[in-house]
Amino acid sequence: MARIEIDESRCKGCGLCTLACSRKLIVMGSTINRQGYVSALMTSREQCTGCALCAEMCPDVAIAVYK
Amino acid sequence: MKQVFQKPVSLKDVQTHFCPGCHHGTYHRLVAEAMDEFGVQGRTIGVASVGCSVFLYSYFDIDVVEAPHGRAPAVATGVKRARPDAFVFTYQGDGDLAAIGTAEIIHAANRGEDITVIFVNNTTYGMTGGQMAPTTLVGQRTSTSPFGRNAAKDGSPIRMAELLSQLEGVAFSARVAVNNPRNLMDAKKQIRKAFRYQAEGKGFSFIEALSSCPTNWGMDPLAANARVGTEMCGYFPLGVFKDTANFHAG
Repeated sequence: MARIEIDESRCKGCGLCTLACSRKLIVMGSTINRQGYVSALMTSREQCTGCALCAEMCPDVAIAVYK
Repeated sequence: MKQVFQKPVSLKDVQTHFCPGCHHGTYHRLVAEAMDEFGVQGRTIGVASVGCSVFLYSYFDIDVVEAPHGRAPAVATGVKRARPDAFVFTYQGDGDLAAIGTAEIIHAANRGEDITVIFVNNTTYGMTGGQMAPTTLVGQRTSTSPFGRNAAKDGSPIRMAELLSQLEGVAFSARVAVNNPRNLMDAKKQIRKAFRYQAEGKGFSFIEALSSCPTNWGMDPLAANARVGTEMCGYFPLGVFKDTANFHAG
């Protein structure tokens, strides 16, 4: 059991985390954050393995991983 | 459930000015992680350059000196000689290190100064408006090469990691990228190695870090990230060009 937390206020919507997730669990959302960017969203918490590659790829260190 | 990935202690919890998808943020984090790992945050003095890397002092929770354009290796030399116990690194872009600062970097490397240089190469002058840099790829359009870089007129891009690896004073020279998880993990390893060489007093260590610049390349973040792997890695091969484990400066 693992989960990630995306800090939506820090996300700049670059989408690099979506490339990193081998299970394609992260998608770009539809809401605009306070910086004016569309932030990334986690779709399925159950399937997350906690590999942390999304967090490694995030240039804004906006993802925390719990395992 | 315990937290397995978090912001490094050496990195401040602030929003950066970097554009979406820029790899500067990733390299900042890798450098901060390396500092945390070596436990040198309290005695590290960073030397910032001019360019997008200029706000080092706002993002790292360490002491930082801001050097004039291109002169970070000269300033770092002074810092290290005055404070040999300090852990000293410079963080420079390609417009800074490979153009205006060519003399400083070559001589600091040749003297074998016991410092670490993180050289972020994004093939353009990022902060000043996307002008052509010495590292701009042939054919690449920039604001000062609107028809693409012409090798006959402008020369070919400089491969700094290879160039510096020729010098006797260099203990470690490598080129890394963070465009995919595999390259990123390798980049993490090489940055730690460069820091370890300084910690062990082995001499000058140099990391060329390939980065995207979505804004000045006129690309979205994912396309710019892909260009690092396709076009940049083709001309700037990743790897270690010098690793003199038993090198002793001076």
